[in-house]
Amino acid sequence: MFLVWFMLKVLFADMNRKLFQKIRNGVKSDLKRVKKPVFFVVTGIIIAFAILATMGIHTFYGDITTTWIRGLTDIRWGIDIRGGVDVTFAPPEGTDASNDDMDAARSIIETRMLNNNITDYDIYVDYSAHQIIVRFPWQSEDTDFDPEAAVKELGETAMLSFREGRSSEIEEGKTYEDLPLVLNGNDVKKATAYYNTQNKDYEISLELEDSGVEAFSNATKKLAGTGYISIWMDDNLITEPKVSVHIADGSATISGSYTAESAKAMADKINGGALPFKLETSNFSTISPTLGEGARDAMAVAGLIGFAFIVIFMIIKYRLPGFVASIALLGQAAGTFAAITGFFSFNESFTLTIPGIAGIILALGMGVDANVITAERIREEIYAGKSVNGAIRTGYKRAFAAIFDGNITMVIIAMILMGAFGTSDSFCGVLFSPIFTWFGASTEGTIYSFGYTLAVGVVLNFLFGILLSRLMTMSLSEFKMFRKPALYGGANNEK
Amino acid sequence: MKSNKVLDIYGKRKVFFIIPIVIAVAALIVALVFGLEVAIEFKGGTLMNYSYTGDIDTDALKTAAEGLGHGSVAVSTGSSLSTSTNTVTVSFASNSGLTADVLKEISDKLEDQFKDNELVSLNSQDVKPSSGLKFFVKCLVAVLFSFVLLVVYIAFRFKKIGGLSAGVFALVALIHDIIIVFASFIFFRLPIDANFMAVILTILGYSINNTIVTYDRIRENRTLYGKKMGLVELMNTSVTQTMTRSINTTITTAFAALAICIVAWISGVNSIISFAFPLLIGLVAGFYSSVFMSGSMWVMWRLYRDKAAPVKK
Repeated sequence: MFLVWFMLKVLFADMNRKLFQKIRNGVKSDLKRVKKPVFFVVTGIIIAFAILATMGIHTFYGDITTTWIRGLTDIRWGIDIRGGVDVTFAPPEGTDASNDDMDAARSIIETRMLNNNITDYDIYVDYSAHQIIVRFPWQSEDTDFDPEAAVKELGETAMLSFREGRSSEIEEGKTYEDLPLVLNGNDVKKATAYYNTQNKDYEISLELEDSGVEAFSNATKKLAGTGYISIWMDDNLITEPKVSVHIADGSATISGSYTAESAKAMADKINGGALPFKLETSNFSTISPTLGEGARDAMAVAGLIGFAFIVIFMIIKYRLPGFVASIALLGQAAGTFAAITGFFSFNESFTLTIPGIAGIILALGMGVDANVITAERIREEIYAGKSVNGAIRTGYKRAFAAIFDGNITMVIIAMILMGAFGTSDSFCGVLFSPIFTWFGASTEGTIYSFGYTLAVGVVLNFLFGILLSRLMTMSLSEFKMFRKPALYGGANNEK
Repeated sequence: MKSNKVLDIYGKRKVFFIIPIVIAVAALIVALVFGLEVAIEFKGGTLMNYSYTGDIDTDALKTAAEGLGHGSVAVSTGSSLSTSTNTVTVSFASNSGLTADVLKEISDKLEDQFKDNELVSLNSQDVKPSSGLKFFVKCLVAVLFSFVLLVVYIAFRFKKIGGLSAGVFALVALIHDIIIVFASFIFFRLPIDANFMAVILTILGYSINNTIVTYDRIRENRTLYGKKMGLVELMNTSVTQTMTRSINTTITTAFAALAICIVAWISGVNSIISFAFPLLIGLVAGFYSSVFMSGSMWVMWRLYRDKAAPVKK
């Protein structure tokens, strides 16, 4: 704790000196004249960007829609907005589950999700707290979807079976259960993925319990060289290797063209079937899509009303700086959406929840504030008798410290939240691990979402609220017709 | 701004301090008398919410749910404004949490037994008390830890105006805002849930920003006027100068929150009202504390310290 304190102390002291001065100097040295066309270029880019970020680019080829750039309709809404299931599984109390057990349990859940056609899900294993957190949205095509039943099924003990013959050998009208049973989950001790240095290939080693050795020996004797053994989880085929030799001692290997990942996944699935416990839910909530859609539409309408009000208010109050601020805010809002939809190739799409929207509101509020502070300062300078150009320069310079400090505090809050409520291997998670490891890495995704949108918003605020709005204002002030103090709210006080 | 009159915030400080204290005490009394509504995501428990048609016999529903042997049950009805559907909520008093298996069983039985009412599950929630408590404590630690970092940051950035004391009083203003938000949850019987955390976090950021803008002006005026200007005058001048910006920023953000409130209310989305309404209260509280309280408190402390130790450092 003390170490962290000290590190932060150094960090802050350093930031105080260097970063602040650097940025301030950057602003100062930039306070040269800005050419007239700059305003139009910046505005054009912002508007084009806003249109792209909201509409996206989709091409249609028959029934197939290809999304080139994701727009607002591609936002992944959190289940608190669009409805869905949020469930935390844990082994029954008193069970000592190893990390391998947790991986195995995870692979059971994943297999069953896919089996239920649930492809859009988040799953996270918390090894320290022995929890598996699963979230998935309501399946839109499935109106009779029964979440309780689905979740119940996810947590059931998996039925692993080894059977004689391949899936292609199942006759019509028959099921996998008609293939002769060789082993079931109880007979399997452990499957491990490893690298075979001789064959230079990833393989899976299989150890059987004593109860399974004889049956496996008999089956492999019968099938060696000619037949196959298929391995099933519930009614899902895991793999169907060819039996090459007779295995009498209950330790086999499965080889094929596996990669490190696929071998591990295979081993996890087999272990899943051998898992000695059933998963229980310790946290379970469902929200119906009808509730969700209402919330989403309400937010969209409120967002538009709020934005319209801000634009009108800013323009009436601050005239030209208010107009510029409105364009900058449009850019900031579009930037936030782009960061959520995964507009840029480097960021993935992000799930937007109600606290995430709160983060957007706070960040946009900060953006409005940056513009208000600057516009007020410009007006003050004009009252003090400065020329319009001089007032704009000093205004931006004087306003900077307050905006900088306000936004840095936001960054601090956002990073703590992302550290506390994100996955433990993320950057912020590692940074604050001394404080939050005690709690285990439970991911309360909704609050993480707040931190994320806030952090993105603050970065955008530096770009739009400070840099671009200044470029636009200074460029406009090069026009003679925009050099009237009245346009900056200073008319009544002209001496 | 048009008049150059400096507002005497410091002179009326007692009035400004008494108002929030009265609100806090009133909230405390209400909380003691009527209790606090803690959502099950923090305290643990089980809740199932259905839509239904026709008239529903809530007593029969209660008896039926209790008959399943999971402790006593409370049943309440409500309605959604937008879709004009009726809703019924079944909550289990036992907060030990049930498993998905049990939930499915209950859900199936109730849906079967009240076929005529066409029960359709809207949402359900089931939380083990241990995991609920853990989540709550984690939120608390995150908030407290951000307090520490914010005070440290302000202490460094505002060295010129006494660093640490400025940081501490910014924190006091922050705690004031959180208390006011908390009070609004108590007065309006809103449950303490994840939305509560989201509001607290938003207000935390918003309030600290407000206070920083005020402090920034004090810092700047300190440089501008040096020690010539007394502390009281320095603070009053700075707060007056930043007043327009504080009002305008608050108006814009508060209006956005208000728009969300109204739209959510019209369309009956309660989950958003319980977020947007306290947010609105918090925005106003943040304005109040940064304008009327944090500066005055800081001045009071500095005057007190100078009196206690008249030797200039």
